[in-house]
Amino acid sequence: MRRDLPAIAFLLLLAMAPFIGFGEGHQLTLLARSMIFGIGAVSLALLVGGAGLASLGHAAMLGFGAYAVVVLDDAGITSMAIVLPVAMLAAAGFALLTGVIAIRTSGVHFIMITLAFGQMAYFTAASLSAYGGDDGYTLYGRTEVFGTRLLENRLAFHYVCLGALTFTWGLCRLLLASRFGRVLRAARENELRVQAVGFSPYPYRLVAYVIAGALGGLAGVLLANSAEFIAPSYLSWQRSGELLFMVILGGLGGLHGAMIGALVFMGLEEWLPHLLGEHWRLVFGPLLILSVLFLRGGLVGLPASLRGIGRG
Amino acid sequence: MAEPLLELRDLQKSFGGLRVTDGVSLDVVPGEIHAVIGPNGAGKTTLINEITGRLLLDAGRVIFGGEDVTHLSMAARARRGLARSFQITSILPGFSVLENAALAVQARHGSSFRFCRPVAGEAALNGPALAALEAVGLGTRAALPAGSLSHGEKRQLELAIALATEPRLLLLDEPLAGAGPEETTRLIEILLRLKQQYAILLIEHDMQAVFALADRVSVLVYGRLIATGTVAEIRADAAVRAAYLGEDELA
Repeated sequence: MRRDLPAIAFLLLLAMAPFIGFGEGHQLTLLARSMIFGIGAVSLALLVGGAGLASLGHAAMLGFGAYAVVVLDDAGITSMAIVLPVAMLAAAGFALLTGVIAIRTSGVHFIMITLAFGQMAYFTAASLSAYGGDDGYTLYGRTEVFGTRLLENRLAFHYVCLGALTFTWGLCRLLLASRFGRVLRAARENELRVQAVGFSPYPYRLVAYVIAGALGGLAGVLLANSAEFIAPSYLSWQRSGELLFMVILGGLGGLHGAMIGALVFMGLEEWLPHLLGEHWRLVFGPLLILSVLFLRGGLVGLPASLRGIGRG
Repeated sequence: MAEPLLELRDLQKSFGGLRVTDGVSLDVVPGEIHAVIGPNGAGKTTLINEITGRLLLDAGRVIFGGEDVTHLSMAARARRGLARSFQITSILPGFSVLENAALAVQARHGSSFRFCRPVAGEAALNGPALAALEAVGLGTRAALPAGSLSHGEKRQLELAIALATEPRLLLLDEPLAGAGPEETTRLIEILLRLKQQYAILLIEHDMQAVFALADRVSVLVYGRLIATGTVAEIRADAAVRAAYLGEDELA
């Protein structure tokens, strides 16, 4: 329970944020996007930190969720009760199909094969001329919740995103602490040992991959609704790299690292251009490199590192 | 003689031009310790890897409990009761000592596709895991991270993990490797106790330990078995003396 305190504190802060000075429109938009990418990052952290599977194609899962919204919107279906399950199933299905092959590999090969599958999804999305192809697709209304336009309200959308993030974190937390999660974690530490006691890691990793895919689909639905516009670039490998970066920046010491990593990443991406003008990436890039070099435990490992310096 | 628990029939394995296992046939009957000795590079660990399924054979059959397991995966063989320890300690350093053993119990107790209940508190897993730790004298260390154990304790944990899988046969790959004199004495006591319960195929360099523990000894040299017999027979075998045992080992 004590281990969960940082995560709970972080979620509570997000719940209070609109009332402690982050209630303006553009701030809520930024927070919502941070939480949405937080969902993507937490589901990716289940793979990276939990199962030891560093996927470079996770943005495709979000893309499947987002394009499910687009396809259904085009067909006139805008009810969340249909959109959400379809989106999550589509992303899970893509994860299952690609995972069956990808999870047979490991290490660099796994990274490359997930990258390849992600790019396949990206180019497929770009070729969907019915849905705007490269130019993307504009949603003229957000997905309806029980027939209401609840998601149009910024504050309501904030809490929907927070609820989805809390659900994602709670689910991944539960999974990692279960029998299933123990096998995953053990196989990450020492695959040979796990096989020698009688487990084949493959089916466990595949199930984790599919669950992470479904949660990515959830993030995709919210992403489409947040931007009210979907383009293939959401599926590109750069996006996957950013998600992976959020996970590593936050730290693999706990799932909350991914949430914090997402918020900090989005925050920097928002504020650095204001501070530094058009050349902000010249600072952003080195900042990311320095954080990997010097924050070995990520942002969540920072307190422990500082204590270590204090002692040493 | 009783029906053998493990039977190896004419195992063959080459790495390129090097024959690492050359027509090895041996068996282990219930209740015995069958030791395999041989000089470095004789192919002893390779033999264990072939029995557990980590290495695929070129030819030959591995029969365990009357079933041909030659083409089964390592995990499937482990589930049938073939447990091994590793010469180079292979534990989960980030897990607690108890969790290392509990994972092994979990492999034999019900499905591990359970997603909700926190596993750390499952008494059905922790009970047998603790019993396995106590069997090797690690009961008091259960809560520590496995990575913080001393070398000898890690060797004991290797044994406990193997026991926690509820094996029918233990394949022990140099369980005394790298242990100091005191640790060796303790580990030999543990192995003598385990002998009451399990059939064991033991690979070991320490001749005193082998002669103290084994019922039968097989001698492996360059992938070939040159002799199998009781401790007394092996001590007296001229070919074994010439190939392997120094005179002072036998004194």
